[in-house]
Order: sequence, then structure tokens, then C-alpha cells
Amino acid sequence: MSGGHSDRLYVPGASAVHRLPPQCKLVAVLTFVLIVVATPRDQFWAFGLYAVVLASVAAVARVPAPVILRRMVVELPFLVFALLLPFVSHGERVQFFGLTVSEAGLLGAWNVLAKGTLGVVASILLAATTEPRTLLLGLERLHLPALMVQIMSFMFRYADVIGGEMHRMRIARESRGFQARDVRQLRVVAQSAGALFIRSYERGERVHLAMLSRGYAGSMPVIVDVRAGRGQWLTAAALPMPALAIAVTAWSLT
Amino acid sequence: MTSHPGNRAPSLAVHQLAFAYPDGHQALFGVDLTIAPGERVALLGPNGAGKTTLVLHLNGILTAGHGTVSVAGLPVTKDNMLEIRRRVGIVFQDPDDQLFMPTVREDVAFGPANLGLRGDELAERVRHALDQVGMLALIDRPPHHLSFGQRRRVAVATVLAMQPEILVLDEPSSNLDPASRRELADILRDLELTTLMVTHDLPYALELCARSVILDEGVIVANGPTHDLLCDQELMRSHRLELPFGFDPKSLAVPGR
Repeated sequence: MSGGHSDRLYVPGASAVHRLPPQCKLVAVLTFVLIVVATPRDQFWAFGLYAVVLASVAAVARVPAPVILRRMVVELPFLVFALLLPFVSHGERVQFFGLTVSEAGLLGAWNVLAKGTLGVVASILLAATTEPRTLLLGLERLHLPALMVQIMSFMFRYADVIGGEMHRMRIARESRGFQARDVRQLRVVAQSAGALFIRSYERGERVHLAMLSRGYAGSMPVIVDVRAGRGQWLTAAALPMPALAIAVTAWSLT
Repeated sequence: MTSHPGNRAPSLAVHQLAFAYPDGHQALFGVDLTIAPGERVALLGPNGAGKTTLVLHLNGILTAGHGTVSVAGLPVTKDNMLEIRRRVGIVFQDPDDQLFMPTVREDVAFGPANLGLRGDELAERVRHALDQVGMLALIDRPPHHLSFGQRRRVAVATVLAMQPEILVLDEPSSNLDPASRRELADILRDLELTTLMVTHDLPYALELCARSVILDEGVIVANGPTHDLLCDQELMRSHRLELPFGFDPKSLAVPGR
């Protein structure tokens, strides 16, 4: 029951990046990613500069490079797809490291690879410097519908509880000699999933009762106030602003 | 036991309360229960006796089919609901149901914030409530990182923060190891708050509550000093109440007198 799944991504620290209000970081990362995606793909130097910008954010936040590299494995499936592109695409053929590949495919692969990687690294940095809890507060500040934020915060709170229940059900199954060997056992697993669903639903009802008992009337009270000042917004702009300059230059060169 | 001067209205007055669920199952048949300010009372009874149904009437989650409930003189009605929910602090059995916010601080703040408290006043309320249960050091932890005993104590703090007239505990000692069980008893005793404790744990009832009532099949079948009820073997047996092996209330000096 210990060791939340939810806070594994967070790297504790007290850097300038850590201290920024969550909504500033969210907006900064989103703008950065949009700018990167909008950059013409054949301006290779621009992507190098974006990487430098991200690297400096990582340095300020003191997030170690190995941590970032390890977490980049989530990108792997996209990477495989990107690597296939030059071989399956049509169009003019070019020589590339001794292989004959499609030029359009090669550019397409580069496009996915570069923009995807930059987006992933930016998100990793956001997750590493912002606690999931404060991230939710930031979303709330950005006027995401309150109901959605509540649902996410319940997910954050109950992921471990439901995970624990699932784990105990698995142990109880196996203690009675059950082995999930092939597809025929799927029925049993599906039934366990159904039971888990019903338990979670009932828990939801009990939680609702407990909330009503403490005066809940449909909206969450704002308990932690994460206000952002002008200075903090300006600090957060240090990520998207250089990126914008790079993108504008890249566009004027094409 | 603390005795209050003057003639304050009873903390809890339940009069001729009857209730049937929408499916026709009748759970309560005219329950009468009065609890004076400062009193700690245990509500005993076998499973299915209607204990939980009664508890859910106390703060208006369920509304009476017949009869009345009032808390410190204020009747439980739709118009009074928020004030009633402030006055009646229910601690549910599973702390995972009670603690639903991402951190202990926010969870304890949830109730008073719903009552309109903000800023320093709210922060002070939260700190005081956590201090009363000895959990102030864990204020910034997420509830799912606490031990079961700690979670139960924080659950008590979540209702203390609303400064209730009466504390209602549903099976407070369940799933606690003996040390946590005793620690919780110490806390509850020190609170000196009007308390209704629903429990199967008879030694716990004897330890904490001078008076007990037995609810069975939707009616109060006994009401008296806990010690006397536990010693009445005939009464106990007829309502499926059993003392743990080796526990003899006759051999104990009566606490709280």
C-alpha cells in the first residue's frame, strides 16, 4: 500500500523551475511544443537549437540527464514507426548510409523523430519539476472544467487503493490454484475485472456519502491557492520565447 | 465524565424514528435515543440491526419516514442541512472512503472550507484538528502513504476540523492493531466531546462509554450502563452479542465512575 505510482515521475528539488506556479509551466510547455511542431522540418539547425533550450532548462532545474534519457523509452514505439517510414514511403529514392530509401520518407521520419523527441523531453521536464498534485491545481487555475480536475484528482488518490484491491484479488485467485496460462482463462480474469469495477463503483458511492457528510454541495472548495505573478509568467516565458525566435527565423529562411 | 451546567438541549435527540428503504425493507421501527452534552454512548447490535441506517439519519443523508432527529436543539431538515452536517461529525469505517483529497492538509480542510472558512482561519482549524489526534507532522503527506492507524486518526481529524457538536464513529477500532486501538482510545477520551460509537468491539465500548444502547431489528432493546448490559448474559445472548474469549466484565472495576 505504499510507494505511490503517481509521484514516481517527480524529482524533488527547489530550483527556479520547481518553484514556478504549475499553470505557468503548463502554458510554457504547451506553447513550446506548438512552436516546435509548427517549425518547417527541413530547417535542421532549428531543432538543434530547441534541444539546447531544453537542455538549459534541465540544467537550471537540476534534472540529471540519465533520468531524462531513461524516461524517453516511452517514445520507443513511435521511434520504430519513424524508422520504418523511409523504407515504406514512395517518391524519389536517395542514398543514405549506403541504403536506397525514399527521400520523402526520410524527411517524414526525421520530422516525427525530432518533433516527437522534443515534445517528450519537454513533458518529462514538466513532470519532473511539478508534483502531480500541483499540476492539477495548475489545470484548475487554467479554467479546465472543475469536474474534470476532480475526476483526475480522484484518480490520483485512488489509483493505489484500486491497484491494491486488484493485487489482493490476484493473490486470492492464485492461492486457490488459478493459473492464467492461455486465452481460456480469460473468462476468470474478466470476471475479476467486473468484480473490481463493482467494488470501485461502490467505493465511489461511499466516498460521495463521506463528502456529503462534510458539507459537499457540488463544488470543491479552493483550499490551496496557486496564484502566479507577472514576474513568474515572465520567467516561464524563458522557454517558449527563444523557441518562437528560432521558429520565426526558420520560417523566414524557407 | 464532564457535566455541563444549565439546561442545554441534548446533543442528540432521536424521537420515534422509523425508516423503510425504497425497496420496502423496513430498517427502523420507532427508535428513541437521547444523548446529553459531553456523554459518550456506545451503539451495540448485531449485523443488520439498523445501526448504519440510524447513523445516516443523524446528519440527514437519509431522511426519516416517521419521527424526528434534532442535534443540539436544531431539527434535521432540508433547510438546516449544512449546519446539521457541521454539528454531526461522522467518521466512516473505511478511512479510504473518508480521505479522498490528495493531501492530509486538504482533506482536513475540506469540511471547514465547505463551511466557508478561508485563509489563516482555515489553516489554524486544520492544524488544531490534526494536533488533537497527534498527526500534525503528517500534514503534507498524501493519505495513501499513511498506515491504517494513521489514516483512521486523520479521518477523525477531518470531522474535528468542523468543530462538531457530536462525534459519530462507525466501528472505530476495526482493523487496528492493539497499539493503534489503544492510542485511538486515548485520543477519544481526551477529546471530551459528545460521542456516539457504533461498535462490535464490546471491551472497547466498556472502556470508553459509560452508557450503551442495544439496537436490534430496528428497535432499541436495551439502554443502560455499559457494564450492566455486558454482564447481563441473557440479554447479550438474545441479541447475538458475544464477549471475546476470556473477557469477563464482572472482574473489571467499572471505568468512568
